[in-house]
Amino acid sequence: MIKMKDVSKTYDNGVSALSEINIEIDRGEFVYIVGPSGAGKSTLIRLIVREVKPTKGTIYINDVNLNELKEKKVPLIRRDIGVVYQDFKLLSKLTVYENVAFAMEVIEAPPALIRTRVMEVLDLVGLKHKVRSLPQELSGGEQQRVSIARAIVNNPKIVIADEPTGNLDPDTSWGIMKVLQEINDRGTTVIMATHSKEIVNTFKNRVIAIENGVIVRDEHRGEYGYEI
Amino acid sequence: MKFRTFLRHIREGFKNISRNGWMTMASIGAVTTTLILVAAFLALMLNLNQIADNIENDVQIDAMITQTANQEDIQALGESIKKLDGVESAVFSSKDDELNKLVESMGEEGKAWEMFEQDNPLNHVYIVKTKDPKDTASIAKKIEQMDAVQEVVYGKDVVKRLFEFNKYARTIGLVLIIGLVFTAIFLISNTIKITIMARSKEIGIMKLVGATNGFIRWPFFVEGLLLGVLGSILPIVIVLTGYYYLQDIVSQQTTYKFIEILPYSPFAFQLSGIVLTIGAVIGVWGSVMSVRKFLKV
Repeated sequence: MIKMKDVSKTYDNGVSALSEINIEIDRGEFVYIVGPSGAGKSTLIRLIVREVKPTKGTIYINDVNLNELKEKKVPLIRRDIGVVYQDFKLLSKLTVYENVAFAMEVIEAPPALIRTRVMEVLDLVGLKHKVRSLPQELSGGEQQRVSIARAIVNNPKIVIADEPTGNLDPDTSWGIMKVLQEINDRGTTVIMATHSKEIVNTFKNRVIAIENGVIVRDEHRGEYGYEI
Repeated sequence: MKFRTFLRHIREGFKNISRNGWMTMASIGAVTTTLILVAAFLALMLNLNQIADNIENDVQIDAMITQTANQEDIQALGESIKKLDGVESAVFSSKDDELNKLVESMGEEGKAWEMFEQDNPLNHVYIVKTKDPKDTASIAKKIEQMDAVQEVVYGKDVVKRLFEFNKYARTIGLVLIIGLVFTAIFLISNTIKITIMARSKEIGIMKLVGATNGFIRWPFFVEGLLLGVLGSILPIVIVLTGYYYLQDIVSQQTTYKFIEILPYSPFAFQLSGIVLTIGAVIGVWGSVMSVRKFLKV
């Protein structure tokens, strides 16, 4: 499903974010990416959605080599991947409803389906009552949940979440984890970068630890492994 | 693209106009101000051109016929003038006609000339018009050499200077118009660029959610078109009302008869059409060009 071979990324300003990364993630897996801040977790995600290109090495998504992917085909790959960004990346001028609906408009879904499906996922993340609000009227946690709703609305094959519980209180975090676990149970591959020891140790899944741009640990049903 | 997606783009374009409130106002303001200038200049230049044309077309050659010429000579002269290349018309005007014209043109003072009615000292005349006013000089020369022609009268120096003046006026006018249109394009697209720059982050997000460039560009296309059209409303109103009053003023003055501006209909409507087209094209162009820069995510 996702395959990275000898991937290195050095940014234009000379910062080396990742070096010689080799990862293989199968369909239906749930993977935590852990590691200290600045270890390269976000870069890994940016590479997968082709927001940045690797300096070296190759990345395959569903057997498509991202290096050889034509610029025009990039949106098609992104539609298979729902991403929950750390900074939410919501469209500030659009309401909660419109933000989630946008992802479905992009794939030209029928309007009737958009209406029911958007309300369905907003209900799932507990924001049905805020459909008309603008992002800036929401709390951080609520914005994060909108971002999650948008990421899963199209039933993508892969969901990537960058610290999806970072701004949430324990109760909501648990709710989000249940959502992610649920879509994973239905066969969606979930990749989640996190700093939450409780979550990693409670919902046991594969753990990949990155430090200074290098993979230092990759274990199935692993532990968080850091003391915070 | 599916039809409903096309409708969605149009809807989004309209919504963006209200979503970006002040930025929209700034863009429309820029379009409005520059289009008023463009419209005023266009009206001025096209009318100057028209006046120049009128003056040029008024240029005529008066071929004075010798007093001794008889009816046959006059007839023959008329035939040979009409045969000349580039002559549009040659109209005979008897010396009595000429005197009447003279009396009329002098108004009150002309009464004094009436006493010449019994013993008219004027000549019969052929009034010759050329197809191209520029040929006036050469044709006048040819007529002068014909039999039965006593003298040829046309504003030799005036005509020459007039043509030169018109040539410069037209070139300068054209340069000014082109310069103004380019300034307008630059100003408007810059303002639009700033409004879109404020949305570069949004464009980036849309791309990360899987939107194609076309999907992002279309609402901007609609928005740009709307900005251009909304921005040209006020200039068009000014053109339609302003030109109406201008025409009124010009038609009431009698001092300079040759000053005759282009008729309100269709000119004011044509000018409005031009203003609307420039507004729409520049709006779309500025909008689409600005978005292009931010689509590379």
